[in-house]
Amino acid sequence: MPSAARLSLHVPEPSVRPGGKPDFSHVGFAPAGEARRPPVDADPAEFRDLAYSLIRVLDDAGAAVGPWAEALSAADLRQGLRDMMLTRAYDARMVLSQRQGKTSFYVQCLGEEAVACAHRKALAPGDMCFPTYRQQGLLIAAGWPLVDMMNSVFSNEKDRLKGRQLPTMYSAREAGFFTVSGNLGTQYPQAVGWAMASAIAGDDKIASAWIGDGATAESDFHAALVFASVYRAPVILNVVNNQWAISSYQGIAGGESVKFASRGHGFGIASLRADGNDYLAVHAVSAWAAQRARANLGPTLIEWVTYRAAAHSTSDDPGKYRPRDEGAAWPLGDPLERLKLHLIKRGEWSEERHAQMRAEIDAEVLDAARDAESHGTLHDGPTPSPASMFEDVYKDMPRHLREQRQQLGV
Amino acid sequence: MVEAIRDALDVKMAEDQKVVVFGEDVGYFGGVFRCTEGLQRKYGKSRCFDAPINESGIVGVAIGMGAYGLRPVAEIQFADYVYPAYDQIVSEAARLRYRSGAEFFAPLVLRMPCGGGIYGGQTHSQSPEAVFTHVCGLKTVIPSNPYDAKGLLISAIEDDDPVIFLEPKRLYNGPFSGHPDQPAVAWAKHPLSETPEGRYVVPLGKAAVRREGKGVTVLCYGTMVHVSEAAAEETGVDAEILDLRSLIPLDIDAIVASVEKTGRCVIVHEATLTSGFGAELAAQVAERCFYALETPIRRVAGWDTPYPHAEEWSYFPGPERVGRALLAAMEG
Repeated sequence: MPSAARLSLHVPEPSVRPGGKPDFSHVGFAPAGEARRPPVDADPAEFRDLAYSLIRVLDDAGAAVGPWAEALSAADLRQGLRDMMLTRAYDARMVLSQRQGKTSFYVQCLGEEAVACAHRKALAPGDMCFPTYRQQGLLIAAGWPLVDMMNSVFSNEKDRLKGRQLPTMYSAREAGFFTVSGNLGTQYPQAVGWAMASAIAGDDKIASAWIGDGATAESDFHAALVFASVYRAPVILNVVNNQWAISSYQGIAGGESVKFASRGHGFGIASLRADGNDYLAVHAVSAWAAQRARANLGPTLIEWVTYRAAAHSTSDDPGKYRPRDEGAAWPLGDPLERLKLHLIKRGEWSEERHAQMRAEIDAEVLDAARDAESHGTLHDGPTPSPASMFEDVYKDMPRHLREQRQQLGV
Repeated sequence: MVEAIRDALDVKMAEDQKVVVFGEDVGYFGGVFRCTEGLQRKYGKSRCFDAPINESGIVGVAIGMGAYGLRPVAEIQFADYVYPAYDQIVSEAARLRYRSGAEFFAPLVLRMPCGGGIYGGQTHSQSPEAVFTHVCGLKTVIPSNPYDAKGLLISAIEDDDPVIFLEPKRLYNGPFSGHPDQPAVAWAKHPLSETPEGRYVVPLGKAAVRREGKGVTVLCYGTMVHVSEAAAEETGVDAEILDLRSLIPLDIDAIVASVEKTGRCVIVHEATLTSGFGAELAAQVAERCFYALETPIRRVAGWDTPYPHAEEWSYFPGPERVGRALLAAMEG
């Protein structure tokens, strides 16, 4: 048996750093159409391999192949393309607004649009998502008004959250979008609890929990899995593996040793690993998991393999820790381009129609931004009243808060 | 008091399908202190059930249940075990309403046995009320007798804000004067052991005068109410004993009225002294009643050490220590 003279600590390190040649050989890819599709009522023990493979539908030529290819209509797919394009244009506008000083901070989801947009379309009205700060696509795909989202980003007088939350931490109960926390992972057990409540009440609604690769290291991730497993909660446990948690690559969260999807195995949870940049795959896998949950068959954990194409936030510079051209080398491509190619290949789309839709979307985003800005931005124009700071701490304002509000003189 | 707590849960579960009760050993077995005994049999496994040993998960799922529209009552087996759930309580339960502009809220109750006097050592004896009173958005309640325990717990379950419900475990089976060498006393003979049948409430934020007096105001709660009563009897000091019952919201009017009457104030709690809730009470009294005070405010509390096992009675702020403070307050 080999022995070391002295112990040494292993600290995972990405295979490449700035200046190096992008290398994704550690990620683990598979050709489109290869992964099998078990029946939704299959025993999770019978498809453990699906946590290590990669469910993909769209191949490199834009064809939908394999057992996960669904009969989504061209109209649905055009809507999906529009949702993703709108999400991207919205993000671009908000990043610009942050640079212009209209807000403090912004988090875009560039390159990850398919995960949230397609997933939302696989849920039913009344289902509840427990998102992180990078799932704005859930709201946009639900048709939620951009102006309302922008009001929140600008913390202006129309912000329903009364200027209390950081940008991107939306709340929209009607859209099935739970209030976003800034503390990572806390929403995961909450989603499981919401799903348990639905089961206790004999309802037909399911919950969808969201977390990033980095935050799967949080204790709350594991707490959520044990509760989801024990009570067979009707919940979808999404792990968005975009390879990076600010500057820490996925290996720092344990991704060097195992696939995040396989975290579900220790809990007996159905676990799948899928191409997050493939709108069709995201929709099909989400619909499978939703059907399973709604049939009282319990939770499904899904690792969405994607790539964070932009900086973590407007406060981050990824050039300091990863090659600047890494995004261009990402093997799963751009979700918008892939769906566009598929629609064109089906004869349901064209470059001309695409350009026209792009122009419409740009105009829509600009109109929304003008509308929102007319109600103020963070440092300019109307803002929520300071008196509102003391509201909603409790349902009814207790005496000590009334006294403090009086001290502030509002 | 165990029966009173169980009765409150029973009343609310019968009345409101949305009330669910869960926690470690809470279901079939009925809880290590027996507070949920019989509830699973009566209301079924989906409304009273055992939870995995994961406090962060217990509180996290309770928040999700509350956001869905249920009224979860979760038991943390010992208050000492609550710390893994601190993020869920502080950053989540306490702030859902605020951060969502009142779109979401979690009407949950976290019941947890607290306090020492049962040879529980440093992990089964703590009184962590101050770590919750420091958090805006939470309400923190501590009953001292069966009547209040039932009425306060019903109020807490009906409340739309998250409530931390601390149950002094030394009081579960009888009042406790703080003399460990005296025979244990059952609740039966105590005037506050009677709990009316069915629903009644003791409102959150209302203190109760347990003993009227003109000499010195004692601000206390939980087990220390009984210890303070014993101290007043044993010293003969004309103490007015105020059982706060609810720390947030705090009945400041009752405190001010009493201190202005007596001109003296002793604060008693079992939790450690430094940055304990007594510090907040002392500050409030100093700010609001300074010119009425004849003598300095005094605090009697647990020492700033972990709760020791063998030396429990040297640690516990018993009637002798409280009595000395009462006499000192009277002397100046």
